[in-house]
Amino acid sequence: MGMKEKLHQLKLKYQGKKMAPAFNALHTFLYTPNETTHSGGHVRAVDDLKRTMNTVIMALVPCLLFGMFNAGYQHYSAINGFPAEFSLFEHFLTWDNFWLGAITILPLVIVSYGVGLLIEFIFAVIKGHEVEEGYLVTGMLVPLIIPVDTPLWMLAVAVAFGVVIGKEVFGGTGMNILNPALTIRAFLFFAYPTWMSGDKVWVHDAVNLAGTPDAISGETILGYLAAGNSEGMYEKYDLAEMFFGFIPGSVGETSTLLILLGGLFLIFSKIASWRIMLSAVIGSLVMGLIFNGAVAWEWIPEYSKFYGLMSFDFWKHLIVGGLAFGIVYMATDPVTGSQTNKGKWIYGFLIGFLSVMIRVFNPGYPEGVFLAILLMNVFAPTIDHYVIQGNVKRRLKRLKNATILPKPSDSKAEGLKVETV
Amino acid sequence: MALLSKKDANLILDPLADNNPITIQVLGICSALAITAELKASIVMAISVIFVLGVGNVVISLMRNIIPSKIRIIVQLIVVAALVIIVDQVLKAFAYELSKTLSVFVGLIITNCIIMGRFEAFALGNGPWKSFLDGIGNALGYGVILIIVGFFRELFGTGTLLGYPVFGDPIAKTGLYATGYENNGFMIIPPAALIVIGVIIWVQRSRNRTLIEEA
Repeated sequence: MGMKEKLHQLKLKYQGKKMAPAFNALHTFLYTPNETTHSGGHVRAVDDLKRTMNTVIMALVPCLLFGMFNAGYQHYSAINGFPAEFSLFEHFLTWDNFWLGAITILPLVIVSYGVGLLIEFIFAVIKGHEVEEGYLVTGMLVPLIIPVDTPLWMLAVAVAFGVVIGKEVFGGTGMNILNPALTIRAFLFFAYPTWMSGDKVWVHDAVNLAGTPDAISGETILGYLAAGNSEGMYEKYDLAEMFFGFIPGSVGETSTLLILLGGLFLIFSKIASWRIMLSAVIGSLVMGLIFNGAVAWEWIPEYSKFYGLMSFDFWKHLIVGGLAFGIVYMATDPVTGSQTNKGKWIYGFLIGFLSVMIRVFNPGYPEGVFLAILLMNVFAPTIDHYVIQGNVKRRLKRLKNATILPKPSDSKAEGLKVETV
Repeated sequence: MALLSKKDANLILDPLADNNPITIQVLGICSALAITAELKASIVMAISVIFVLGVGNVVISLMRNIIPSKIRIIVQLIVVAALVIIVDQVLKAFAYELSKTLSVFVGLIITNCIIMGRFEAFALGNGPWKSFLDGIGNALGYGVILIIVGFFRELFGTGTLLGYPVFGDPIAKTGLYATGYENNGFMIIPPAALIVIGVIIWVQRSRNRTLIEEA
């Protein structure tokens, strides 16, 4: 008797018991349950919720691995100086980098999953429903969108808050209004702002070494621009570094290349909506172009504090900061995003548009992506409502203008023929 | 012999729990969001509202038979405004710092929906003693929530209670702060109050399921 049968038998034994949801969660995590549908006809497909979630996690793993290497690279480069002749294998993909990244980032992943799943299990047992798979992706997203040195207890508090207030109070996976991963990040940002911004948190150990002779620092590009600097940017990081991701930032969001690949993977596996991604990219480009235009037509004087960010080339917004990561992995969340196709275009466009706008106009938050996505999460049902109402209205109009022609045949069933105009 | 008859006692006790103006009737939320960042301000606000609502209810109840119903709202407003000005002046005279923290929100007691609500719903139709109890009860129910929210927000937001450090000194890193604990900045901003109130409502409704409305 294999493990599979044993689990099926154990399930019968646990049925109706208090801990049944916890057991079922483990069971269905390992094997497809042997349950059949009870009523009606069902189409059974392989892409169940678990498969969907796992696909997203697969798309996230490259970002996580890259984040580990980058954590080490940023740390050692800040101490020893950035290499003059950068070589991928000599300076970046080294064991030292990976090891440092692993011991700093794996605890984040473990805490995120541990706390989040514990709360999910507790709620499932109390409420007596099945444990949902929703947290699998959230738990992976969270460590990727926070700075590498975030204290673990803060992460634990934020995850508890995000899962309870962001998801469970609405009824669990599938019912939440806000993206739980972003709720967690927003909580961290507003609760402990010193750990989420500035020039110390993005490089491992920079906080500990502050004030000592060995002090190191590393600013994100957006932070640098928001501080009013526009010169000297390209001496620090060139375009290739921004695109490939050898820059300081949150753990998993620096490499635009890997995010792009992950995004393509999600589009071709039909997990994420290409409409949202494309329209969000367009939205951010449009807003960026408006700002660039304002600078080109000299509406904005050079001493303005917005000048640095406004003159930043419009397409470069996509390769720095978390915009690409947010668009690919967070905006496309099927639960919190718009459901209708037309709604997805509007929803995505506004995410891109608002992200760049918040970036430029709010010096307090040099990164606006999470705020823009959370805001649009709130508006997504409204967008859907008007898209559907619009559709209903259009079809009613079509019906009104339709002429109904009597058919020559006598049979009553075919007596009417509707012709639309 | 009981001090109050059972009916009278319920006038005070009901608003404390199962008919709480904030958590059940969802009135007076604005001030609960605005001034609960500190426990002290919450307590002062609670006392002010207890005074205004207790006295106001009695005054309105005494005048209930001579107020023409067409202008009753104006009369009610005048009564509240007069009482609020008394509170404001007393605070300015004896607790100037606090009155600065509370700033405009003392004046805004006038617009606190609980007060007008109790005048309209209770004082206009009941005698002075009952109205007094009702006013005190509702204001207490409001105050209790304010104090609970203020307690959690001040404790986790600034690490103090009534201004006294509880967790140690955040700058010198003593007490709990030595272990790496930090104050939660989120608790200081008003949305946190909304969430704390939400959690209180959640707890209250899961303890007493009859409070849950039919969907």
